[in-house]
Amino acid sequence: MADLKTKIGSLELKNPVLTASGTFGYGLEYQDYMDISKLGGIIVKGTTLAPRQGNPYPRMAEVHMGMLNAVGLQNKGVDYFVNNIYPKIKDIDTNMIVNVSGSSIPDYVETAARIDGLDRIPAIELNISCPNVKQGGMAFGVNPASAAQVVDAVRKAYSKTLIVKLSPNVTDIAEIARAVEGAGADSVSLINTMLGMAINAETRRPVLSTVTGGMSGPAVKPVALRMVWQTAKAVKIPVIGLGGIQCATDAIEFLLAGASAVEIGTANFVDPAISEKVAVGIGEWLDRHGCKSVAEIVGALEC
Amino acid sequence: MKKSTQTDLIVRSSERLSDSAVLVSMQACDPVPDVRPGQFLQLLLPSCKGAYLRRPYSIHDFDSETGTVSLLVQMVGTGSRAVAELKAGDVVNALMPLGNGFDLESQPGNSLLVAGGVGMAPMYLLGKELKAMNRNFTFLFGARGEKQLLRLEAFRSLAPVAISTQDGSVGETGLVTDNSILAKGGFDSIFCCGPTPMMKAVAKYASQNNLPCQVSLEHHMACGMGACLCCVEDTVEGHVCVCKEGPVFDIKKLKWQI
Ligand SMILES: Cc1cc2nc3c(=O)[nH]c(=O)nc-3n(C[C@H](O)[C@H](O)[C@@H](O)COP(=O)(O)OP(=O)(O)OC[C@H]3O[C@@H](n4cnc5c(N)ncnc54)[C@H](O)[C@@H]3O)c2cc1C
Ligand SMILES: Cc1cc2nc3c(=O)[nH]c(=O)nc-3n(C[C@H](O)[C@H](O)[C@H](O)COP(=O)(O)O)c2cc1C
Ligand code: FES
Repeated sequence: MADLKTKIGSLELKNPVLTASGTFGYGLEYQDYMDISKLGGIIVKGTTLAPRQGNPYPRMAEVHMGMLNAVGLQNKGVDYFVNNIYPKIKDIDTNMIVNVSGSSIPDYVETAARIDGLDRIPAIELNISCPNVKQGGMAFGVNPASAAQVVDAVRKAYSKTLIVKLSPNVTDIAEIARAVEGAGADSVSLINTMLGMAINAETRRPVLSTVTGGMSGPAVKPVALRMVWQTAKAVKIPVIGLGGIQCATDAIEFLLAGASAVEIGTANFVDPAISEKVAVGIGEWLDRHGCKSVAEIVGALEC
Repeated sequence: MKKSTQTDLIVRSSERLSDSAVLVSMQACDPVPDVRPGQFLQLLLPSCKGAYLRRPYSIHDFDSETGTVSLLVQMVGTGSRAVAELKAGDVVNALMPLGNGFDLESQPGNSLLVAGGVGMAPMYLLGKELKAMNRNFTFLFGARGEKQLLRLEAFRSLAPVAISTQDGSVGETGLVTDNSILAKGGFDSIFCCGPTPMMKAVAKYASQNNLPCQVSLEHHMACGMGACLCCVEDTVEGHVCVCKEGPVFDIKKLKWQI
């Protein structure tokens, strides 16, 4: 049996499969369908300093082999997380990682600092795809300078493993990844959702209340793979790959492209037990190919 | 104890009820936790049919002894057409049961069960349960015309059925809220499922007459289990998930302008 253990900075994962933020609730929602402690980690819902109601309904639309969402980071705020949710999830036997979002640098820093104090949260994933309210609403993650600025500020306030989640809505992902690495990130994860839209021709109206939304699911996988491959070549820190992973073979493709671990997102909605199946499937693939560990295939693409 | 499970369902029969509706009866391969009237399932259709995400359908009937579940489905698009094409022996996958279901205890006495179109789906299991509890109730169904009224005989075997059709082909002419049964009154509470304008009209009647009323919403869903926050309704408590805190809501919790 191949060794499935993987490391993201100093963070040890029992296997390379994590669940993607916003698609797995707080993990508890999935307990009826699988043993969530079998995962390498669970990245919980996007958390912000103040509570957020998110965008008006309708917030989702199905597209060919995927979906658009415009949830808009609905959550009850970091204090509610610390006081009400953390006690319920802290004893789950896997890495519970909090996805941190914000609309200003002080927001990000304060949220990260409050989570730093929680013993059983070994890492945060910083979502820099949110609009920067102070700078006209452009996402922090779409230019190297603002991406580095927010990561640098959070790095000073957060002592544990800092994963930075990159937006695919950029021209040169490698440049952003290098900027974030330079600012002290321990790892980068990618991709977040791709900006898209859907129109109802009958009514001549957009399907989503926000007109545009974030696309995810199998349809985005080729773009995600390309970006993970480019990023893994550009940085020395470990890369976490995601975007459209539906099965173990998809996950192996991301590992070959250079990812040290993967996240499963939208596929959880199709099969709530898929993440556990992917972890098992990765082990089977490694055995079948005579590999002793995950590390052997990370970036092992032959081109 | 598990509240919901993932199970394969073997299709036992499929019956075309009208141009646009089918009754599908399926058998669960695994034990299914307790089902309450008003709960739903998330059905995964064969991927070659083009529906990627699961589709939510009310549990129309359920027999816990045999694990038989039936759905009443209206063809409106890719997923529902795939449901209509299912044949005996086909296997589909379901997450079930999901959602809160109707709260029967909080609405005792003589109940009116109002439904429009395929909103009739959850009313059958609700009627069966009320009958088993020896409670008094009456169905009130609204439709465009006779063809859109589904399984009337089955419903009549449970309780009296009042009907309103827009074209007057059966029952009284007009909307459910015009039906004389409402003018007569004598009901203590209302359970309702159907198109939103109909539910709002019924909610208005209920609040004007001080009757407790529960409505079942049909928002678009992705996960169906409270994980993605795609299916929210704006309530007095803020945005809540229709799949988890609903689909059934007391109208007092909703922010409907009625
Ligand atoms: C809790 C719940 C219970 C439901 N119970 C039943 C039931 O018992 N029987 C039944 O026939 N239907 C029921 N529905 C509605 C059903 O889920 C949809 O109509 C679904 O079949 C649409 O999928 P589609 O692929 O056929 O349509 P699509 O191809 O996705 O869309 C076709 C059209 O249907 C509309 N549509 C899509 N999803 C929904 C939705 N959830 N509600 C309303 N319109 C939608 C779209 O806007 C579009 O105009 C229920 C929905 C919910 C949330
Ligand atoms: C409904 C929904 C909500 C999401 N919420 C968040 C979020 O709060 N924070 C975040 O960083 N990413 C969020 N994402 C993006 C996913 O974590 C993931 O990056 C994206 O969906 C691509 O992966 P996939 O194709 O496997 O789903 C969300 C995605 C979906 C579908
Ligand atoms: S459909 Fe995902 S939370 Fe309701």
